[in-house]
Amino acid sequence: MSDWVYSDVVKDHFMNPRNVLEEDESSWPCDGRGIVGNIKCGDQMLILIRVKDGKIADCRWKTYGCASALASTSILSEAIKGMSLEDAYILKPEDIVAKLGGLPSNKIHCSVLGDKALRAAIDDYLERNKLPSLKGREHTEVICTCLNVTSNDIEEAYKAGDRTWEDLQARTKIGTACGGCKMRTLELLHQLEHLYGE
Amino acid sequence: MTRRGVTRNGMKKRIYLDYNATTPMDPSVREDFIRAFDDYGNGSSMHEEGRIAAKAIHRAREQVAALIHASPEEIIFTSGGSESNNTVFNTMVSPALTRSTHFREAWGGRKTIITTSIEHPCVMESARRLQELGMKVNFLSVDPFGIVDLEEYRKLLSAGISTGNVADKPLLVSIMMANNEIGTIQDIKELARLAHEAGALFHTDAVQAAGKIPVDVRDLDVDYLTISCHKIYGPKGIGALYIKKGKPIEALIRGGHQEGSLRAGTYNGPAIEAFGTAARLAGERLVDYERKTRALRNRLRDGLLAAIPDIRINGHPERVLPNTLDVSFPGAEGEAILLMMDILGISASTGSACASGSLEPSHVLVATGVGPELAHGSIRFSIGMNTTNEEIDYVLNEVPAIIRKLRGFSTVSSKAGSAE
Repeated sequence: MSDWVYSDVVKDHFMNPRNVLEEDESSWPCDGRGIVGNIKCGDQMLILIRVKDGKIADCRWKTYGCASALASTSILSEAIKGMSLEDAYILKPEDIVAKLGGLPSNKIHCSVLGDKALRAAIDDYLERNKLPSLKGREHTEVICTCLNVTSNDIEEAYKAGDRTWEDLQARTKIGTACGGCKMRTLELLHQLEHLYGE
Repeated sequence: MTRRGVTRNGMKKRIYLDYNATTPMDPSVREDFIRAFDDYGNGSSMHEEGRIAAKAIHRAREQVAALIHASPEEIIFTSGGSESNNTVFNTMVSPALTRSTHFREAWGGRKTIITTSIEHPCVMESARRLQELGMKVNFLSVDPFGIVDLEEYRKLLSAGISTGNVADKPLLVSIMMANNEIGTIQDIKELARLAHEAGALFHTDAVQAAGKIPVDVRDLDVDYLTISCHKIYGPKGIGALYIKKGKPIEALIRGGHQEGSLRAGTYNGPAIEAFGTAARLAGERLVDYERKTRALRNRLRDGLLAAIPDIRINGHPERVLPNTLDVSFPGAEGEAILLMMDILGISASTGSACASGSLEPSHVLVATGVGPELAHGSIRFSIGMNTTNEEIDYVLNEVPAIIRKLRGFSTVSSKAGSAE
């Protein structure tokens, strides 16, 4: 067979996913549960974690999605075992993509669900146990260096209803100086649409 | 990695079920194609080399015309289906429509285009281009089987009569004969008759129909019809447009007298010759092809339905291409299914958004109202004339396990087809 669409690591995790929960969710009692994504956009991820001494002791996941979505959840599930909640909270999609040996640029958005589902599971665990929240600690990327607009600002703007570059400019002033961040912003919008898709 | 698939003479062979995307070349087409590279003359030249090429092109034109029951002078060769379709749409905003008194009287001032919501992107985009240029473009809805809404169609055709505004009268109707994804076949003869009653020109994209079901331009009474060579076991990069005698047409590519000045560019002799052979063979094999592929399609359909719970066959149950089977597997995502099949040696295609790198699943399935979940989980199997029972059985052996596996990983329960 000639070169496959994705790296050998993606292929391996796609064909032999680790820590996937093939049974019903109720068969694996957990301490924290996170689910993100939308079937309408073609993928959805569920992560269940068990926590011991502030660390992720074990995890299981389910994913409806394409090969890179399945592979990125699988590799994430391997990476987080034994990790402190704080460290797990700041994992970013780039870390997962790097572990996968890269993904084609139009598939990066398929890897952004894993870390979000994981943070949702950690949030859930902390809430259940009335522990201090880690919200705000997640990795943020400065998208517009001229006006210091971050990926978080863009996500908040998206949640507030912004859908286009022009919407975002009106709200956050992003790219109103040099405009060099337009491409990256449009990529982010694409990912957010994927994540929250109406 | 070793090749997976059916063993034939001890060799692992892949099972190709993506014939609607493209076909391999038939051995005798390939032979003619390669031999024709020696007829290097320019078909427009008067000398011997040119005359040899011109003669071969002439014969190919007759063969292509014969496949769709047209006259050779009603055929122009193009680079393929997309160019043929673009040529028709471009004509609607060209001086061609005002070239004669007859044309002006028949179509002058008309600014309404009617097409469907399940066309190939080259028609959809051409239609949108006309919209940008000020035309009124309507995309007809289809029913759950993919058949165009006749009531809506009649209403649109008669819009100009009720408003009394000539711009509302239909100029062009373009409706594909058979759909590439779900295989649904439209009643082109009736649709063309209604269009002509309303004074409109009628075009059909018959790229998926030609060579699979009978296509007769006289019987259908269409004004324009598009076909492509690489869907009928010939080379890529060559197609044709049928233009009924006396109907307006404008060159899309200008600057040469080839194709009656309707398509400039040195004749692609070898590809045209190969197209001729492919068309001749497609015509000769038509009855056989239909019978054979339909039996294989039904075997695949029945086998999948028996082995996998909660699946849905898309498209029309009877008015469907004999070789096309589109299936939705709720709970499993199309790209993942496609790639697992690929690893197991099976090639098909999907309407999932993920496979195209966009967020939108197949516009065809969405138009039939199946909902995004079923569209994301769709696989199109398209069978070829040399597909075997053995190959279908291999697919029936492997695919149920793939679906079971992916459904096991999934957050979506297969029954509900929606979240949790």
